[in-house]
Amino acid sequence: MSYVPHTDADRREMLAAIGVRSVEELFAVVPESVRFPELRLPEPLSEAEVMEELRALADSNADLDHLACFLGAGAYRHYIPSVVQHVIGRSEFYTAYTPYQPEISQGTLQTIFEYQSMICGLTGMEVSNASHYDGATAMAEAVIMAMSVARGKRRKAIVAPTVHPQYRQVVRTYTQGMGVRVVGDEDLTADLSRLADLIDGDTACVIVQVPDFLGGLESPATLSALAEATHRAGALFVVSVDPISLGLLKPPSEYGADIVVGEGQSLGLPPSFGGPYLGFFACREEYVRRMAGRLVGETVDSQGRRGYVLTLATREQHIRRERATSNICTNEALCALAASVYLAALGPRGLRQVAELCYHRSHYAARRIAELPGFAVLDSRPFFKEFVVRCPAPVEEINDELLEWDILGGYDLGRDYPHLAGHMLLCVTELNSRAQIDDLVMALRIIGEGGGE
Amino acid sequence: MTEKLIYELSRPGRCACFLPKTDVPPAELPSEWVREEAPLLPEVSEVDLVRHYVRLSQLNYGVDIGFYPLGSCTMKYNPKVNEEACRLPGFAQTHPLQSEDTVQGNLRLMYELQSYLAEISGFAAVSLQPAAGAHGEFAGILIMRAYHHDRGDTGRTRILIPDSAHGTNPASTTMSGLEVVQLKSDARGNVDLDDLRAHLDDRVIGMMLTNPNTLGLFDEHLEEVARLVHGAGGLMYGDGANLNALMGIAKPAELGFDVMHFNLHKTFSTPHGGGGPGSGPVGVTAELARFLPGPIVVRVLDEEACTCGPGDEHDEFCYRYELSEPASSIGRLKAFYGNFGVMVRAYTYIRMLGAKGLRQASEDAVLNANYLQARLKQVYPLPYDRPCMHEFVLEGRLPDAPEIRALDVSKRLMDYGMHPPTNYFPLIVHEALMIEPTETESKESLDAFVDAMLRIAEEARTQPELLHGAPHTTPVGRLDEVRAAREPRLRWRPPAD
Repeated sequence: MSYVPHTDADRREMLAAIGVRSVEELFAVVPESVRFPELRLPEPLSEAEVMEELRALADSNADLDHLACFLGAGAYRHYIPSVVQHVIGRSEFYTAYTPYQPEISQGTLQTIFEYQSMICGLTGMEVSNASHYDGATAMAEAVIMAMSVARGKRRKAIVAPTVHPQYRQVVRTYTQGMGVRVVGDEDLTADLSRLADLIDGDTACVIVQVPDFLGGLESPATLSALAEATHRAGALFVVSVDPISLGLLKPPSEYGADIVVGEGQSLGLPPSFGGPYLGFFACREEYVRRMAGRLVGETVDSQGRRGYVLTLATREQHIRRERATSNICTNEALCALAASVYLAALGPRGLRQVAELCYHRSHYAARRIAELPGFAVLDSRPFFKEFVVRCPAPVEEINDELLEWDILGGYDLGRDYPHLAGHMLLCVTELNSRAQIDDLVMALRIIGEGGGE
Repeated sequence: MTEKLIYELSRPGRCACFLPKTDVPPAELPSEWVREEAPLLPEVSEVDLVRHYVRLSQLNYGVDIGFYPLGSCTMKYNPKVNEEACRLPGFAQTHPLQSEDTVQGNLRLMYELQSYLAEISGFAAVSLQPAAGAHGEFAGILIMRAYHHDRGDTGRTRILIPDSAHGTNPASTTMSGLEVVQLKSDARGNVDLDDLRAHLDDRVIGMMLTNPNTLGLFDEHLEEVARLVHGAGGLMYGDGANLNALMGIAKPAELGFDVMHFNLHKTFSTPHGGGGPGSGPVGVTAELARFLPGPIVVRVLDEEACTCGPGDEHDEFCYRYELSEPASSIGRLKAFYGNFGVMVRAYTYIRMLGAKGLRQASEDAVLNANYLQARLKQVYPLPYDRPCMHEFVLEGRLPDAPEIRALDVSKRLMDYGMHPPTNYFPLIVHEALMIEPTETESKESLDAFVDAMLRIAEEARTQPELLHGAPHTTPVGRLDEVRAAREPRLRWRPPAD
């Protein structure tokens, strides 16, 4: 099954029109010694058979439809309204490509324009691009943009130790050839005030995550002070933010952000084992010509009707080549559409409700868990939907036992933060009902008492 | 025909989503953190939302509507079963940080896909992590750089790139902190060997070559190019953008490439989503495997599960699958493991086609392109006249209608209900029209395209104003791109703003 429509008669007619006797002749230019290799692949399957095989693979996973999920750490389970799938399932959207021809791409272009508007509305920033691969790559591109704003004269990026560990790795991978020093997370126990001491004239940007990887919220005053120190040194303040939290919490524009990035998976995308996700990227208008990625702008057509086009393309690789702001081409357009539909479906009030549910339910869970013997909740700071629990046994063991209860436990922080070995990062969203939380608490109590063996 | 912005449909108090009530005692909100102004988002009912997006979708053109010969983008028809496969809850509802024991199905699928891609390309190892073609290119260049650094050779800073290359090649090179050296093409569309020789020295990290190249031509000197680059100590990077011409035709590793990215969304069939998501795995020779971006998936013998006696052959139940970090990895390129949803589609596609189907796909992609080229070169200038691979490049100008440009031809094609080819790329062809029909188009659809192109050539002579003003039948006419760039309006603002 190749999904090719040609009959042998078609092929014969076409070969005659070309003036060759066989298809093989068209490949005469391929070195003969390596031409037409055998491919050792499994025998082809019918549609029914392939779906059976895939279902068997999928069913051998333990999935979140069958587990109560308290795992977050950068990928979240939030409710996805039905309309999201129905809209992104329109093949007029999903079988188009990048809207290079605006006259027949107004659907894609207008949805991107609306997406850009919503990301600005959510973050309080002035401009947003059309998307990045994920939150981590959006952060790496923010560093590159900050270097570009400093015209290559600043070579240091300061990153808080409480930024997602994988995001910090991605920043380092991206900048390894650029002569950038990524500093600030050598001491994983350092707090934000120590970051300020690192800021100097060589600093291109300072990056924080809000709420941070451990779920906590510094005060807006602390963040504003760090932003001011950053600005005094002529550097940019980059904030990675949970978009769901912005239904309730102050946007980064209010505490001095120059660039706001984040993972948009929470906005209508399933966890899907890590991708495809959606990196959002918004910044102050003055930096727009140094942004990476696609941008859609409003204009008019030959008859004065409003329309949308890809714009400011002189930043981009297909025009500017080695002088482009980034190499990004294919991004995550359909994921951005899902996020737009999600945000439009919820609106400001719906998003606030989701955020409040996350807040109240996670605090309820934290209060209950704090009462358990052997467990402690580190709650010196306010948190939004994730919090750190000190456990009476290795996290991996507790999680194994929780699985017996059909519960997916939290993230083992010892994997990235040695001083937090034995600590679990738990996540509670609007999809964790009180009953689920009570079950978790009961399971933890029994496990903590050693009754789970 | 235009559609209001969703913000213009907004009325305070509307909502298209009903959420559960709080069933826990409320916690005190941190007052210093609570936002005073609600985020500026639209408020719409569900029916208004659905109609808005359905109307917008109707302003779009996709492969499911008609012919989409956008060169270099491989806009083939994508089987619907792929969409069903990736949405199976067992895949879509798995969390990337679950323990490996609970996601053996995902890991096995990734492992098999790595193996299939290795087999198709001839490479020894594959990482599925990059999220798009350009991301895979970036990975590949970092791998080449790491290889030389690992040998203690830090004097190499240059990447050779032909003038016909995609813009992502030089852009990825710059992002890697390396220098681009552009090479000329010769009169037959190959890499100019003299120019290559002139630039080969111990400053060269390697060469990036798209083969078939963006003219749709298989480089006639490929073996010599690879020999020369390797002889200078450089590595050969293959831009896999055009792999759709080569499945079962030739393995890039056997053609002399050391590294290559795949565009899963193009060759292995994921709908392009209006600009993503894609997936850009990178394959390498054994020598480079330890530099791959991690994690990758490895298969290990599961001592607990395996009940084989001595001499028994292990079966699938004897193994388990694990995430593993290559020893000298360039590092992580994104959070987690890549665009898993796209991997499921590619896996599905390869399983359904098998070796024979993949070769058939490549053969018909090349047949279709040659058929169009043979018919259209009668009317439109063909700068490089030799058998092409899966695409070819015409000049969108006509000797007897000098005021007509490629853009006019493209815009007029829309009035015939077709998506235009890629315009003005590659840069080495004047008024380029880059045409990639793909294998999924029937002879009838190719003939309809030829008919349209021939009629447009006729119109160019007899009614040039029809082309200059085109398109005439689309929801909007030609848009003022200069105005969009000069006075950027990049988001909706409230009227009072």
